[in-house]
Order: sequence, then C-alpha cells, then structure tokens
Amino acid sequence: MTVTPTKPADPLVPAKGAKTARSGRKRVNGKQVLAIWLFLVPAAVLGLYFKFIPMFEGIRLSLFKVQPFLGDVFVGFDNYINVLTDARFMDALGHTVVLGVTQTLGALVVGFVLALLLEGQARSLWVLRTAIFLPVVTALAVVGEIWRILYFPTADGPLNTILGWVGLEPLQFLNGTDTALWSIAVVGIWSGAPYNMVIILAGLTGVDRTLYESAGVDGATVWQRLRYITLPALRPSIVIVLTLAAIRSLRSFTEVYVLTGGGPAGSTEVWMTRMYSLGFQRNDIGVASAAAVLLLVVTLLLTVGTQLLARRKAER
Amino acid sequence: MSQTTTRPAARKSTPSASSRFDSALGWSPRFGTNMALRIILCILVFCIFALPFMAIISGAFDRNSSPTDISLLPKSFTLQNFEAAQQQGLWGYLLNSLVVAGGGLLLQMTVSVFAAYSLSRKKFRGQAFAMLLVLMTMMLPEEVIAIPLSLVLGDLPLLGVSLRGSVLAVILPVGIWGFSIFIMSEFMKEIPAEIEEAARLDGVGEFRMLFTIILPLCKPALGVIGIFGFMMVWDQYLLPLIAANDPSDYTLTVALSVLRNDTTVGPGVLLAGAVMAMIPSLLVYLFLQRSMIRGITAGATKG
Repeated sequence: MTVTPTKPADPLVPAKGAKTARSGRKRVNGKQVLAIWLFLVPAAVLGLYFKFIPMFEGIRLSLFKVQPFLGDVFVGFDNYINVLTDARFMDALGHTVVLGVTQTLGALVVGFVLALLLEGQARSLWVLRTAIFLPVVTALAVVGEIWRILYFPTADGPLNTILGWVGLEPLQFLNGTDTALWSIAVVGIWSGAPYNMVIILAGLTGVDRTLYESAGVDGATVWQRLRYITLPALRPSIVIVLTLAAIRSLRSFTEVYVLTGGGPAGSTEVWMTRMYSLGFQRNDIGVASAAAVLLLVVTLLLTVGTQLLARRKAER
Repeated sequence: MSQTTTRPAARKSTPSASSRFDSALGWSPRFGTNMALRIILCILVFCIFALPFMAIISGAFDRNSSPTDISLLPKSFTLQNFEAAQQQGLWGYLLNSLVVAGGGLLLQMTVSVFAAYSLSRKKFRGQAFAMLLVLMTMMLPEEVIAIPLSLVLGDLPLLGVSLRGSVLAVILPVGIWGFSIFIMSEFMKEIPAEIEEAARLDGVGEFRMLFTIILPLCKPALGVIGIFGFMMVWDQYLLPLIAANDPSDYTLTVALSVLRNDTTVGPGVLLAGAVMAMIPSLLVYLFLQRSMIRGITAGATKG
C-alpha cells in the first residue's frame, strides 16, 4: 500500500462517459482537426518516449542476452525460464504476495476502524482527521526514515521502549529475518490506512440516517447495525479499495528498498527489488526485463479481469 | 476533510436527541463513558499516526539526537543539524527536488489540460483508441519499465541525446500521467456544449476557448490534478535514482538514503533532511486539502 498519488489512478475506473456523453457534439471541420492533434501532440510525444518505447524495448530485451560490448544474442524465452526457475525470484514472489495481502487487508481494517471512530462533524474530529492523514501525504522515502528510527533494534529504541512498558521482550524488527517482512507490512498499513479512512468516511456519509434510527427503534445492537446497515452500504467502496491496493502492491518498491533493501538475508526481497538488483547492480538486463514483462502481464490480467468482473456485476 | 458538510440540511430540523444516530457506531454527544472511551481512543490514534512526526521534528532540532533517546520536544534546541546538512549538500538536493517538482508539475498539468481538451470536447476518429492509450499509461508506472526507461533516458531514440544527470530526465517522464488526463477530461465532459458554441459564434479561437472559457470552469479539477500531481512527483524515488549520473543529481528523497549510509553523518543531519523533505508536501496538503479529499472520493466512487 503505497502513499503515492497514483492511488485512484489505476485503470479500473472505466471511461464509461466516453461513448455516451458526446452525442450532442458535431463533427468538426479541417481547421479544428488540426487543433485537436496539436493539443494531443505533447501527450503523444511524452507518452511515446517515456511509456511506449520503453515498454516495447523492455519486451524486446527480455528475449535477448544483453551484453553491452559484445552485442545482444537472441535467446528466445530463456530469460523467462531463468526467472521462473530462479529460487530467489520465487522467494520474492512469495514475499510480494504476503506483503501485498497483509498490507491491503490491514490497511482496510485499520482504515475502517479509523473511519468509524472519527466519523462526525465536530471541529475537533476534523482536526484529528487532518493530523492522521499526514502519513499519506509524506513521501514514502521520508516515511521509511521515520520508521527506521522507530524500529531501532536495541532495547532502548523507541518502539522497543514501548514494548518494554507492557513487559514484552525487545524485537529485532527490520534486522531480524523473521520480523522484517511484518515490520514493512506495518509501515504500509500505517501509511495506507488513513487513505482508506477517507474513502470509507465518504461512504459512511452516504448511509441513510433514518435506517439507523429505525434500527434503534427496533432495538438492534450496535454490532447488528454495523453488520446489516453500514457494511452493505460500504461494499462498493470496499471492493474498489481492495482491488486497487492489491494490484498496486505487486509493484511496491520504495518502502522495501528504503526500509531493508531486501535484507536481512533476502528475507524481505520482493519482485521489484529483485528486478532492480538484477538490472542495475548485476547488469543482467535480459533477465530483469523478462521479470518486468511478467509483472506487466500479471498487472494487465488482474486489471482487465477485475474490470470485466465489475462490468458484469453492474449489468446484472 | 470536507465530506462532513454534505449532509442534507433537512436533518437539522430533527430533534437533537436523535443525533445518537449520526454515526455508524452511535457515538453519544453527551458526556459519559461512551464519550470518555471515544476520547481515549482518539488520543491513542493520534499518538500512533501523528506523534512519530513530532519525534522526527524534535530530533532534527536536538543537539545530540539519537534513535535511542527520542523525545517529543528537543532537549537542547539547536540549528546545528541544519548547518551540518548544508555541508552535506542538502540544500542542493532540496533545490533539485523543488526544480523537479515545479517543472514536472507544470509540464504535467499543461500536457493533461491540452490532451483532456481534445479528448473530451472534440469528436474525432481514433478518439476511443487515444483514450485507451491514456489509460494504458496508467498501467506502465516508472517501476515496471524502469530498466528500459533508464536506457531510453541515456540515449533518446531518434534524437540521440542523453538526458541522464539533468533534471529533464525526471521532469519529462513525469509529464505524462494518465490519471491526470483522465480526471481532467472527465471533468471537462460535464461542461455544457452550449457555452462553447456561443463563444464559437463570436469567433473565439481554440486557444482562447480553452484558456478563457473552459479552463476557468475547471478550477476544482485543476486543484485535484495539482495536488495529486505534486504528490506523485515529490514521491518519485526510482526515477531520480536511475536518472542520476552521480549522487549530486539526486532529489532530496533519494539523497536521504545516501546520507543514512554515510557513517560520518549523524542521525541529526538525516532527520534535518527528512524534515526538509516533509515541509513542501505538508504545505501543499494544508492548502489543497479540500481538493485532495475530493480527488480521493471521486476516484473511489467512479467505476
């Protein structure tokens, strides 16, 4: 769960207005056609150079053994086989999935709790919501530095001090092979939950208050009210939060790179950090490109899949 | 956060006794155990989400800050850390960051407004395809195409220019962002065609149409793409990392990890750098908070 503003950007949002809304407009003449394309040129040039050429270049490189001075050799799908049989990539895949699932669900649950706690119109609640949102607007690199300090692994580190107050043993956090991945997940939840809180708060305002009142008249408990009125009303926003976060978590890089760099002993290596170290540190560009293409394909399939699913649901 | 203002006004007339039904959990507006519990939970939540920031800021102004001795207020106030940061070239990194953020955001917003104008106010062949390409760029974030992108930055196809080591290597790639184009064109679609037609009868050209008629109506959307764009650019990590020739090209966010790995630099300097990297996003957030919330909820309710 990253903090990047790409959050709502994922292409799950269909361009449904694209075909319907334009019926009122007339077809345009030659002078206007020129204007249309002139306005599109900046986006087209930048998109071509920094999105589409790199994408095709990546696909091409993934089929070659890339050697800077000796010339590239075509190797077919060897790079892909290398990736899929590489134990470290498979470990990274496992870590990516564990991290993604933990962060996504954790941030959703915490965001939900925050929204329930901070729902209301009082000025003090508004101030509190503003303060709590800070982790979302802070750059991930800074969030990482903050948590590296909080996680300081000696017994007198900030979090270990707090653990000491409640009588727990100090933890290694980012330095321990069995705690590091969970420590990263906590950071992801911390920085992602307030974002979900805002989405869920917006959903909560949409719930019909008279339903709460009649539930109160019928003597429903708070839990029943939550279970049968609030949750069903929030379902659409929860589904969106979940799918967007799950897809995004596949490519999480910055938080892992800043917090542990994949260590200790590879225990937090995710797909992107493995790709990065192969491509930029070991210069194995062919194999790294194959890994990138696989990531792209999985992202694409997931996005299109959830989109189709959402469409079918909407049609019913 | 402004969604609280959208409640129907009719509710005001209901007796205040029913305000127990204002929230999903039924928080009571009166003092009592319910209220006390809520206050305690709120304090706890505040500590978890906001206090780490205070600790960082306090550490940046503390004479001997150390992770094992952290406090919410500096024990001995000093600006020494920032002076030391200056010797480490932190102001240069900050300058890089500001140039990249300013230039990148300006380019991104301009490109998005132009593209959105074409995609939403006009009708032409291949429009659906162009929109599809825009949506596709959202699936190609810098991380996924990092390796070929770094090769392209080192040797632009056809032009044969290397952008590496220049701020342009970060500014140009962030200039194209599908989300921004998408939000903008969705908003522009809502503007009635009559406004445009009336102006066209008066002989208004395309540029004037966009800048004097359409754009002033798009202020809310400009706010949204402004703050999301800023956060997107400020948060860039991998791109400045691969676009740099040597560490002096780094932006502040990337430079933080360089400073951390330098054993001669104390934690105080690192914290000073972190505070400097926090301030701009904090300012932008406080000024454009409403747009931020609007953008999040719009992104969430669509689709």
